[in-house]
Amino acid sequence: MAETDEILVSVDSVSRFYGALCAVNNLSFNIHRGEVLGLLGPNGAGKSTIIQMITGNLSPSFGQIKINNIDILDHPKKAKQYIGYLPEHPPIYKESTVDEYLRFCVKLHRVKSNEQDETIKVVKERCHLTSVENRLIGNLSKGFQQRIGIAQAIIHSPAVVILDEPTVGLDPIQIREIRALIRELGEDHSVILSTHILPEVTTTCDRVLIINKGDIVLTESTEGLQKRMQSSSLSVGFLQAPTINELRAFPGVDGVETLQDGYFRIHHNPEIDPSEALVKKSVEQQWRLFEIRPEQLSLEEVFVDITTEELNHTHQEPTEAVNS
Amino acid sequence: MIITIAMREVHSLFLSPLAWSILAVTQFIMGYLFLGQLDMFLQIQSRLVALNDAPGLTEIVVTPLFANAALILLLVIPLITMRIISEERRTQTLSLLLSAPISVTEIILGKFLGVLIFIAILLLLIALMPFSLLLGGTLDYGMVASAFLALFLLLASFASAGLFMSTLTGQPTIAAISTFGVLLMLWIIDWSADFSEAGSVFSYLSILNHYRSLLEGVFKSSDIVYYLLFITTFLTLAIRRLNADRLQY
Repeated sequence: MAETDEILVSVDSVSRFYGALCAVNNLSFNIHRGEVLGLLGPNGAGKSTIIQMITGNLSPSFGQIKINNIDILDHPKKAKQYIGYLPEHPPIYKESTVDEYLRFCVKLHRVKSNEQDETIKVVKERCHLTSVENRLIGNLSKGFQQRIGIAQAIIHSPAVVILDEPTVGLDPIQIREIRALIRELGEDHSVILSTHILPEVTTTCDRVLIINKGDIVLTESTEGLQKRMQSSSLSVGFLQAPTINELRAFPGVDGVETLQDGYFRIHHNPEIDPSEALVKKSVEQQWRLFEIRPEQLSLEEVFVDITTEELNHTHQEPTEAVNS
Repeated sequence: MIITIAMREVHSLFLSPLAWSILAVTQFIMGYLFLGQLDMFLQIQSRLVALNDAPGLTEIVVTPLFANAALILLLVIPLITMRIISEERRTQTLSLLLSAPISVTEIILGKFLGVLIFIAILLLLIALMPFSLLLGGTLDYGMVASAFLALFLLLASFASAGLFMSTLTGQPTIAAISTFGVLLMLWIIDWSADFSEAGSVFSYLSILNHYRSLLEGVFKSSDIVYYLLFITTFLTLAIRRLNADRLQY
């Protein structure tokens, strides 16, 4: 995307303790302008803690966080101007109408008084709220409330938009719209997206940060993540199945598993794809091949893979590796 | 920015039935007390004429009215202040304010100003009663002004204590009950003043003592300073408490 070298958020060896519990352990990463960063991790990994520290809701125990080169602890007011934040529970006043609420948010973020009307109008159109502008927020559905929360986060066009599970409670069409909106925001803002919904990461993010127990276990571009999803096995189905040994004989095949109904799973060397040879042979030998497809690991599997595998390889924290 | 928060506070107060019912109930009780005092004045009026240096309408009707108002509002103000911060904590809307480019001081001062505006409205309604006496009599304006100032400062002190209690908890009812406890304690603290060695300290701490002298029309700057100190102390505590949220361990 429109990624530049300009660093908008810099997190520098930040740790956070709750009593003796270490929620975030010596974490460092940067976010550039025009980048959408996905924050992934199992429950209790420290995602929310990180987000709360970046938005100034929580102070780090150690380390430094800078927004647009302004330290959030030294100059909180200045730094917070560049942040739009949607917490896990949208911070909405249920007794207000949508218009009243957005008016309050606009004032809170010090938008100039002659631009307020225009700003509110634009954000309502962007988040499809125009039809409910005069209704009480408390009477609206969860999807609308979520969109009001998003509207609140982007209303002052902040440089950094931080969204904590923004698509919760939305219907599929709305989810697509919100994802498109996030992509759009990513053009000239930075976006941090925390989510449990893994496919959301591949469709919206440029880079993924996987966190487990307060440590970064993986930071990878979305393409890199997709490469990891490519696995080296084929699922094939024959009406007149050959023997396992016949299948094993193909170059590059490492192993064959028999499944039900004439299906086989063929594990192969990632360098050599036996599918073409397999199709040719099947025609020659009348195996009556009716299905062949490369198996793909789901993102869940990759995720589980990474969070467990990386921990086993982490030597700095032997105790954690033992625990998992 | 403080004004923005204050206006939202007032707005949300009047969106709930709480503010309206408090205004209505207070007004009703105050009206009843006012009529009672007025009745008494009319009964003893003829005897007062005979007296030298007799107490006037203001002393007989307005001063007792305000003395009672203080006690009634001691019960009412905790209900107004209880939800200020704790409700935001409970509905998790506090992060909206905390992530906005405003300081915690501005948040607290804005909220406090919002309550002061409500108190001003409350006082305005109460003021209608003594001023209705102008239809058939005259008032000692200096004394009435002093009484109003006293009641305003008193209620502002109540509110600052309530605001602090509200920052301590996520449960509005707990905030209300502890505010009530603190205020009542400070109200009665000088009851034991006569028997204890630290008596003078206790009677200085008592909210009631400072209120009484102002109500009688004795304007002492030490009383004003007491209230201002009281308010500043609790507001500072509230700011510090809300700031400490970020440091939670």
